[in-house]
Amino acid sequence: MESTTEQPRNISGSMQSPRSPSSQPYLSVSVTDPVKLGNGVQAYISYRVITKTNLPEYQGPEKIVIRRYSDFVWLRDRLFEKYKGIFIPPLPEKSAVEKFRFSAEFIEMRRAALDIFVNRIALHPELQQSEDLRTFLQADEETMDRFRFQETGIFKKPADLMQMFRDVQSKVSDAVLGKEKPVEETTADYEKLKHYIFELENHLAEAQKHAYRLVKRHRELGQSLLDFGKAIKLLGACEGEPTGKAFSDLGTKSELLSIKLQKEAQQVLMNFEEPLKDYVRYVQSIKATIAERGTAFKQHCELAETTKLKEINLDKLMLTRSDKVGEAEIEYREIKAESEEATRRFERIVKRMEEEIVRFQEQKTEEMGVAFHQFAKGQARLANSVADAWRSLLPKLEASAAV
Amino acid sequence: MMGSENADGFEETNLNAPREDMENLDLGVDGDDDPLKKTDVNGDTSNSGYRSTMSTLSTVRDPLSPPPTVMIPADSDPLLAPSSYEDFRSSFSSKPISSDNSYIEPPSYADVIFSPFDENSDSEINGADDSSLHSQFSDSLSRSPSSSSSDYIKITVSNPQKEQETSNSIVGGNTYITYQITTRTNLPDFGGPSEFSVRRRFRDVVTLADRLAESYRGFCIPPRPDKSVVESQVMQKQEFVEQRRVALEKYLRRLSAHPVIRNSDELKVFLQVQGKLPLPMSTDVASRMLDGAVKLPKQLFGEGGASAVPVHEVVQPARGGRDLLRLFKELRQSVSNDWGGSKPPVVEEDKEFLEKKEKMHDLEQQIINASQQAESLVKAQQDMGETMGELGLAFIKLTKFENEEAAYNSQRTRANDMKNLATAAVKASRFYRELNSQTVKHLDTLHEYLGMMMAVQGAFADRSSALLTVQTLLSELPSLQTRVEKLEAASSKVFGGDKSRIRKIEELKETIKVTEDAKNVAIREYERIKENNRSEVERLDRERRADFMNMMKGFVVNQVGYAEKMGNVWAKVAEETSQYDREKQSS
Repeated sequence: MESTTEQPRNISGSMQSPRSPSSQPYLSVSVTDPVKLGNGVQAYISYRVITKTNLPEYQGPEKIVIRRYSDFVWLRDRLFEKYKGIFIPPLPEKSAVEKFRFSAEFIEMRRAALDIFVNRIALHPELQQSEDLRTFLQADEETMDRFRFQETGIFKKPADLMQMFRDVQSKVSDAVLGKEKPVEETTADYEKLKHYIFELENHLAEAQKHAYRLVKRHRELGQSLLDFGKAIKLLGACEGEPTGKAFSDLGTKSELLSIKLQKEAQQVLMNFEEPLKDYVRYVQSIKATIAERGTAFKQHCELAETTKLKEINLDKLMLTRSDKVGEAEIEYREIKAESEEATRRFERIVKRMEEEIVRFQEQKTEEMGVAFHQFAKGQARLANSVADAWRSLLPKLEASAAV
Repeated sequence: MMGSENADGFEETNLNAPREDMENLDLGVDGDDDPLKKTDVNGDTSNSGYRSTMSTLSTVRDPLSPPPTVMIPADSDPLLAPSSYEDFRSSFSSKPISSDNSYIEPPSYADVIFSPFDENSDSEINGADDSSLHSQFSDSLSRSPSSSSSDYIKITVSNPQKEQETSNSIVGGNTYITYQITTRTNLPDFGGPSEFSVRRRFRDVVTLADRLAESYRGFCIPPRPDKSVVESQVMQKQEFVEQRRVALEKYLRRLSAHPVIRNSDELKVFLQVQGKLPLPMSTDVASRMLDGAVKLPKQLFGEGGASAVPVHEVVQPARGGRDLLRLFKELRQSVSNDWGGSKPPVVEEDKEFLEKKEKMHDLEQQIINASQQAESLVKAQQDMGETMGELGLAFIKLTKFENEEAAYNSQRTRANDMKNLATAAVKASRFYRELNSQTVKHLDTLHEYLGMMMAVQGAFADRSSALLTVQTLLSELPSLQTRVEKLEAASSKVFGGDKSRIRKIEELKETIKVTEDAKNVAIREYERIKENNRSEVERLDRERRADFMNMMKGFVVNQVGYAEKMGNVWAKVAEETSQYDREKQSS
């Protein structure tokens, strides 16, 4: 049972200054040291998760545990179940391509994404108090394995979520109610939000696609500069002096710039394309939350209806002084309690989402701002390197041409 | 001096033998390094695959680019597809190839948009800072080191028009295209500063090329555009016509850039004489027979007096139907050369020549390679520009979206950040494309020189065939001599002389004299061609080195200029997003 009445403490995490005074509560997590374990098909990557905290709920100031990707998935699924209405931070995708799965590049990107994932949870006022988070951060590996095996299968897989989500969308009339009324919220603001989220995903996906292509273009340009440099050197060797030296220098610069381009490609991938991908994932997580809200709304509506019917029935029975009154009263009370619970759940989701949207927008502005800034800096640095490298050749070329 | 050798009986050189002649020869020799079969492909030497992509270029021209006649500067010919280099290599080894190469797959880079940044508007677009640098490289044919700046000759090819052959038949004549050829020059040879135009058809250009090849043996003559074996329907299509126009212009400009050929009678006549081109179209058997100038039967079956090769014809390599006998002889000679039989007397100079030939071949390989890599580079630059542009557009859409749907200020802030990024990306995209169109122009120099390498091969081939002629004649003399001696010996045994034998001896002695003369002429010709080779190669080497240096300078200057521009654009965005600089804020 989660506690919903606790006030979120102002806990600082590793995303802020780690050198906050010890009196102030802090929880700082880092995911590090990816290590490949196992062999063949069963090979996987394990990560070190280091927790530093002064919170009383945690066992001591520092704890290190070993976790694998499926442990993170467990955590996300648990949080998704327990904290409906909150946009659970997204996880990086499971890679389908076997070979790519263990490339250094991929491993590093995944590590960074997992680190961000845990830290977002640690910084979230509600999520940071989750017991499951504590388990994740502290339990020994065997306990963690046990938890993980128990829980898989009970909680919904993404496919199920999508199905629920589709139900919300398709306005399937409710069989229980026997009515044609679509069981969906129709408030203007919420409609607007849903529309916004859906459209946003499309736009972001397109931007991310081009960002990914841009990474490729950097690599291709780097490769062609390398080949061109080599070819020019060979040509210079054929021509003899003074052309030879000039061409040789040119070829060398070209090769040098090729390396810079490959480096920049990697930077663009990690600091620009990945944040965009993360943005898309976040939006998808929101869509899942929207689906949850739809389900909760449906339940709330259905139970409210059922309660009303039961009440009507009870009144009828009371009037006729039937001996079924007692039974009916119990049923009615039970249904009423359920209905109230369903309504509470729904309303909590609505409230949470309101807060989450504000957080989300702010967070994204910040994160994208950082991404844009780094991208711009990287491109500026690259352009300056290119200009400097080529410029350094000009005096020699002038001299040779004058011959 | 060049013109004086042009005696009446012009033979077609094998440079431009019509394909039919090639097929008639059927010497059954494949893949030999046979100078007689220097031609390749269609039997067209000059350009074979060289500019044949021209014929397919426009089919993949980017739809956004403006109409070619207006926008594409004639000098800026995109680089060749790799496949056409196969044709190059094969032409050097003289392997006969299938002639179906008119349509070579165009290189993908051919989609490079020739945005309106041609030589004239460079300075406008790029602003004052580097206009001076760009205007230097406006003409990719600038061989400024070699030509003096005071005289100029500028040729433009324009205004293609359909015309009809006058014919008496009911059906009417073929249609063909003519082009207007305008020359602006101040060269004294053309009568001082003047401008004049003529109309020529492609056939005239072939004639010009053929005549030049005959007159300037040993010279590195720029190769003419392909004949392009295509259907007449295609011939009329605007794209094809436009490609051909561009190719013709380049060809004529190259001719006029050649210090010797620009003063040739053939070129002058071509550029100036109105109406029908007054150059002999071909010197094949049929037309000469009509002129009564050919003693065909005796030559074909010749033994005896009339089998001597007319002296002046020795000046040209053996060619065509009437030369069958001579060809057989020279073939026999070259075979015996290969088998190391009689050692030709001119062997010691050959070593240096062979070295030079080897070096030229190496150079050509490297130019091909560099040209290919240049093409890849161009493509990569273009792709980068394209993707950057698409990224910018995607963010502009996002900006618009966020602004329209904004419910929170954080969204508006983000929209603003995106806008800055998008603007920069779109600018950078444009810079890449501009940079690329300049890069294409500069690196096109590599391309130009591929054509010139072909010209060098042509010059070398002239030399080889001249040498072969000398060797053939040299080897004939001993055998003729022997026959005379045998006959004299036999005749002396007959009392009172053998009238028929004596007559034969007389004839043979006459033949020997003629052959002796021919040999001397051939040797002189060979020496002359050798000298032409030498001076041309020297000139070419000099010009090429200068042009390559210029090319590199232009390339580098451009890279610097555009990199600076892009750096500025991105620095601005970095500045605008400086509040997000985490490196500064981490404590």
